[in-house]
Amino acid sequence: MNDNVLIKGGRVVDPASGLDSIMDVFIENGVISKVSGGIENPPDNCSVIDSAGLLVIPGLVDMHTHLREPGFEYKETIATGTRAAVRGGFTAVCCMANTNPVNDEPAITRFILSKAASDGACPVYPIGAITVGLDGKNLAEMASLADAGCVAFSDDGKPVMDSLLMRRALEYSRIFGKPVISHSEDARLVAGGVMNEGLNATRMGLRGIPWAAEEVMIARDIALCELSGGRLHVAHISTKGSVRLIREAKARGLAVTAETCPHYFTITDEACIGYNTAAKVNPPLRARADKLAIREGLADGTIDAIATDHAPHHREEKAMGFDDAPFGISGLETALALSLRMVEKGVISLNRMIDLMSAAPCRIMGIPERRIAEGSVANITIVDPAVEWEVDPASFVSLGKNTPFEGLRLKGRAAFTIVNGRVCENFKGD
Amino acid sequence: MDNAAPLGKDLLGIKELKRDDILQILETASAFKEVLERDIKKVPTLRGKTMVNLFFEPSTRTRMSFELAGKRLSMDVINVSIQLSSVVKGETLLDTIRTMEAYGADIVVIRHSSSGVPHLLAGNVNASVINAGDGFNEHPTQALLDLFTIRRMKGRLEGLEVAIVGDIAHSRVARSNIYAMGKLGMNIRLVGPPTLIPAGIETLPGVKVFHRMEDGLAGADVVMQLRVQKERQDSWFFPTISEYAKLYILNSKRLALAKDDAIVMHPGPINRGIEISSDVADGTRSMILDQVANGLAVRMAVLYLLSGARA
Ligand SMILES: [Zn+2]
Repeated sequence: MNDNVLIKGGRVVDPASGLDSIMDVFIENGVISKVSGGIENPPDNCSVIDSAGLLVIPGLVDMHTHLREPGFEYKETIATGTRAAVRGGFTAVCCMANTNPVNDEPAITRFILSKAASDGACPVYPIGAITVGLDGKNLAEMASLADAGCVAFSDDGKPVMDSLLMRRALEYSRIFGKPVISHSEDARLVAGGVMNEGLNATRMGLRGIPWAAEEVMIARDIALCELSGGRLHVAHISTKGSVRLIREAKARGLAVTAETCPHYFTITDEACIGYNTAAKVNPPLRARADKLAIREGLADGTIDAIATDHAPHHREEKAMGFDDAPFGISGLETALALSLRMVEKGVISLNRMIDLMSAAPCRIMGIPERRIAEGSVANITIVDPAVEWEVDPASFVSLGKNTPFEGLRLKGRAAFTIVNGRVCENFKGD
Repeated sequence: MDNAAPLGKDLLGIKELKRDDILQILETASAFKEVLERDIKKVPTLRGKTMVNLFFEPSTRTRMSFELAGKRLSMDVINVSIQLSSVVKGETLLDTIRTMEAYGADIVVIRHSSSGVPHLLAGNVNASVINAGDGFNEHPTQALLDLFTIRRMKGRLEGLEVAIVGDIAHSRVARSNIYAMGKLGMNIRLVGPPTLIPAGIETLPGVKVFHRMEDGLAGADVVMQLRVQKERQDSWFFPTISEYAKLYILNSKRLALAKDDAIVMHPGPINRGIEISSDVADGTRSMILDQVANGLAVRMAVLYLLSGARA
């Protein structure tokens, strides 16, 4: 590893710094020391990344990742999950608390952080549990968790069904100003459903999850956000009505943010046909009108962030019947290409994509923003926008091979990911 | 003490008092404080008058303080403790107090877990009613003794910075103090988790809200810690007692953020190691025992002034 790196001749795009032109970026000791057109005569001990034809953008950040460690190392580990993240162009991930043991006490947070420091390919920002053991009964020691390094709070994987408890969590979080992330799902309305409620579920003879299961919880949490004065972040929104609810809440000036995931703006519940458990995810893949509404929300700013909800599972778990297979998609290694596809289709601009995948997640989670500017720590994603590739789960670095995009031809991927100044060439020899 | 202007029939809350009423009570209490420093602490002022302590909620401290205050003034004192469970609400409550009245009670001191019960009684009996704590509403004599204690130590009230820390939402002591301090031009910092700060309180005169001790204590003249009610934990106002203690205990390190001559108060009984550390509770700046002693003088003043109103 060289201390000094010159990224030469790439199209540098950083909306936050007002950059979009062919430039060179010089990194000294992990910090960007120069951004300008045509840096000639680089110093001797400097490695050069020839970036002609490549995009040089602020490092991506995934605000919703399941790293599965501790407890489910057969699905994923901090080492494999962060390597998958880096390969997907991410320079940091925020990991959800539904491990075993649950990240509901500072000792677990410290374990994750120390494991990430020793084994991780990129920084890991833990998300603490809202309730002890994610059982929805008692508040976790959120202030102590925040002290230990948790950047947000969520019972993700489970909703906080008790409205009073959710109110308290939002109120209590104001002491330390960190967001509460809602996995918005009314467990009673889900009622054992396994895919989107609609004709496809009916034709397959599967129990459906109605859009209302998501929307009643979002509506509730928006009201609780307003009541409590806390910061609400809504995870993985998937329906047209959810977009409308978030849009209205923002128009009223509430402290509400929202994310969606690539699968919700790319495919629909048709992907489940044939009992394809790779397409079993929670919230479920929805109808075409929902998919289009999500795209609209991405474009008009209603949706703040694209997150992966990377949920790796073991092959054998997904090999069960549709009812029994676990929910989840391994998303870190396809998110960038699927988002670039929205840029290619004209749904969003490249600038908007960068905000959705880098600046906004950092803002929401209160972690250092990735900037291509002199003086910033070098967290940069260098994208080859032209390379075409086919999704082959066997080639995933993630232990989770569960993707509904297997066989899909995509364009664009992260040729290099620079994490805190350290350069990772992702597809060497491909 | 001869020309005491009447307060009115009852003392239901600080809300109902004017600034001058409060100052008059404090002045009168100063006079009784001198009486209490004499060898013979008893005066014949209210001989022949009868006080009934009607407690629907257990409280040894407040009841004892009123009882002793009455006895120092030569009153006849009857203590009645009623377990709430044995009382059928409404009619029985009024029946109870009418019985007290039939015994010739001139002053009824009442504590009840429901806010507003003293007001209900006051409207239905001729005796003077003193609120000794109703629900989350008020505990006026506690606020008066707190002010009395502060003024004795600081020589003034107006402009002082007072931090009140803890469960504001369920504290009648905090509310009475907030109303009193607001009327006297004091600056009140309420410190506690947002879960324990009641709605709208920040709009009251003199009040500012803080969620971190470090912010609320900086430069304070007075730090008043409230008692944590451990039994409220199932409503999730905070995750655990230990996290609460971590965030809101008053220890010597935090006290150092307040002014050098800041005093420490607590309405008692204290939870050592939870809202206050032992070294602070027992330290030289702690007014906890002074508060108890001053409570006697303040309650004598209230009994005296209310009796004056009836004369
Ligand atoms: Zn979720």
